[in-house]
Amino acid sequence: MSFVKFTASALAISAVSATAAAARDQVQVAGSSTVLPYASIVAEAFGENFDFPTPVVESGGSSAGLKRFCEGVGENTIDVANASRRIKDKEIKACAENGVTDIIEVQIGYDGIVFASDINGNGFEYTPSDWFLALSDEILVDGKMVANPNKTWADVNTAFPAQDIQAFIPGTKHGTREVFEDKVILAGCEATGAFDVLLAAAEGDSDKAKHKAAEKACISLRTDGVSVDIDGDYTETLARIESNKDGIGVFGLAFYENNTDKLQVATMSGVVPSTESIATGEYPVSRPLFFYVKKAHIGVIPGLKEYAEFFVADEVAGPDGPLAEYGLVSDPELSKTQAAVAEEAVMGGNS
Amino acid sequence: MTDTRQNPANNKGGSLLQHSARTRKRNAAERRFRAYGIAAISVGLLMLCVLVTTIVGRGTGAFQQTFVTLEVELLESKLDKSGTRDIDAIKKVTTFGYAPIIRAAVEAKVAELGIDSPLKAKEMAGILSKDAAATLREFVIANPDQIGETVEFRFLASSRVDGYMKGRVSRDSIANDKSISPEQLDLVDALVSAGVVEKTFNLAFITGADASDARPEAAGMGVSMLGSLFMMLVVLALALPIGVAASIYLEEFAPKNWLTDIIEVNISNLAAVPSIVFGILGLAVFINYMHLPMSAPLVGGLVLTLMTLPTVIISTRAALKAVPPSIRDAALGVGASRMQAVFHHVLPLAAPGILTGTIIGLAQALGETAPLLLIGMVGFIASNAPETIADGLLSPNSAMPAQIYEWAKRADPAFYERAWGGIIILLIFLVTMNTVAVILRRRFERRW
Repeated sequence: MSFVKFTASALAISAVSATAAAARDQVQVAGSSTVLPYASIVAEAFGENFDFPTPVVESGGSSAGLKRFCEGVGENTIDVANASRRIKDKEIKACAENGVTDIIEVQIGYDGIVFASDINGNGFEYTPSDWFLALSDEILVDGKMVANPNKTWADVNTAFPAQDIQAFIPGTKHGTREVFEDKVILAGCEATGAFDVLLAAAEGDSDKAKHKAAEKACISLRTDGVSVDIDGDYTETLARIESNKDGIGVFGLAFYENNTDKLQVATMSGVVPSTESIATGEYPVSRPLFFYVKKAHIGVIPGLKEYAEFFVADEVAGPDGPLAEYGLVSDPELSKTQAAVAEEAVMGGNS
Repeated sequence: MTDTRQNPANNKGGSLLQHSARTRKRNAAERRFRAYGIAAISVGLLMLCVLVTTIVGRGTGAFQQTFVTLEVELLESKLDKSGTRDIDAIKKVTTFGYAPIIRAAVEAKVAELGIDSPLKAKEMAGILSKDAAATLREFVIANPDQIGETVEFRFLASSRVDGYMKGRVSRDSIANDKSISPEQLDLVDALVSAGVVEKTFNLAFITGADASDARPEAAGMGVSMLGSLFMMLVVLALALPIGVAASIYLEEFAPKNWLTDIIEVNISNLAAVPSIVFGILGLAVFINYMHLPMSAPLVGGLVLTLMTLPTVIISTRAALKAVPPSIRDAALGVGASRMQAVFHHVLPLAAPGILTGTIIGLAQALGETAPLLLIGMVGFIASNAPETIADGLLSPNSAMPAQIYEWAKRADPAFYERAWGGIIILLIFLVTMNTVAVILRRRFERRW
């Protein structure tokens, strides 16, 4: 009966697979969706130029990537985690508990975060204070913290048009959210004086605890539907803006540069975001991008070290390389990173 | 009472020529109901039309691609400095080393055609895809004897130039775009009239591999199609025998008691479990416990098998039930064993129904993305075409729906077009599979 043959062949397939599953010959990468385009560009060029197979790059977010990275050592765990933020102490600890101790941290460059709205709508020139006044759940009015009464951008800043405030910001699982909170909302909180009021009112045992409590109060955003968390990718933010012309979205610089026909970018503190203004530090909202390599896998997974070295090579991550062309702001201290990767300097050492 | 019955002419409701108010009301209700039915069907058809026109309208662009034909001089001084044609030395020249050769070729072409352009060589070469250097390097490594010669190549144009040729990119829309300038579009216009730049059918979209964000023009569905194929093979090889064996036993041999009742209820429940649950199960069992490789079509196939099994079992049992008991009785009556009765008589008669159910289950599995998210089949994965069957099952690959999902997320609008193109390919597969199922059922199914 053919069914018998089918079953037999199915069993054979699973048997073959179980034995062949032992060897993995390509580098496996996962993590931040912001780093994904850069990592895929590098992976593609790596596959073309070396005799190793093209590495596999998955996305899923910085936290998800680092979580998988910390699952343990061995061929069924990933070799490299991409992250749009530095690894946290908590994560290093989780890694160590699972036997992942020697981690090589590689900073690949900087990424800018831009505020953009529909191409045919109003243009904006923001300062961090404007965003704090527009999105915080409590703002400072006559020396007291009150629930945010602002409905339109004109309420926030008389220089702006009377357009309804509607912001699409990255959800909390994105690394971008943290940068938005730190560099925009918190900066605005301090600039408007709300931080000092919150600090005076903050409860805590030490100055540090008070400081933390005040910061936490600063970055709590209003929940009346004016600011919408986007958990998906920038394409979702773009779709929201296309359907709601009043919307202002938070994007990565590279995404904006690929969609200049649909979006117009807002300035921040008077600076237009570009790779140049981010490299010089003039544009304030930027963050470093990283990837983390498991040292224990170097020498076990073929091509892992070569991939890491190739990623930070001048011709790839340098100012004229394909990554910079796509939107990465290259790191002026790239040569230090190259040296660190070459000697496999692990975290917690002197580097 | 008796009067009215004896005299039908006086009966208001009795005339055949004139309807009573009640009959008219009933007839009107029926007409209204028919109108509602037609309206419902029209809305459905309209939606289908909108869907198909949107998909076809947005996706057909992906099947065409802009190419630039250039004669490239493969300079020995750049590609093989030693002149020994040693393949390892040639391989040391990376794709970045090929950029100057391409630049020179573009510049030479523009000069040969007498086109006046204010652009520098690097900007001129910007109308070409980044894939050009890779194409060139691959050719040189395959044919080291051609170094020093001048060879004609058909390179992909960059995604912006391609978008310009397809009308997606216009001179107005690139005002803030730093990837392309109006001068480059002028150059493209001049090259189009010289016949160097042309838009043709794009076979590479159907056969090629995924490409990175820097070169959407080079991305294709081919490798992820192979990934889907290998997954379907696994599903077919596992779900069909297991499903058929389970249903034959349950339907023909198993005693009817509380245990089989529980099994029956659970199979029906399994069919309604959301597919992402199977993904989590696959991650926990196949990858974390059994240590099967991540992103492998084998694991994808196993997960989809779990998802398809209930469908196969339910449709097989329905097909077996539809075979009249008299066939079994007749077989048993002439002395056949129960197994002989099942395999010689019942199963062949139920086969069309079983196959239909299996094909529909496969089609369902083919379009599934959610469980693949969790076993690592979504991302920049489908870049290596598998070489052997074992390689196809075990080396990382994506699947068609996962590839479409991935493209729809990427920044460059050219990927968006390819996502729609991918949907067309996927729909063709699904429609074909469902048509085969319908034909099988029509031709071989017997009714009693």
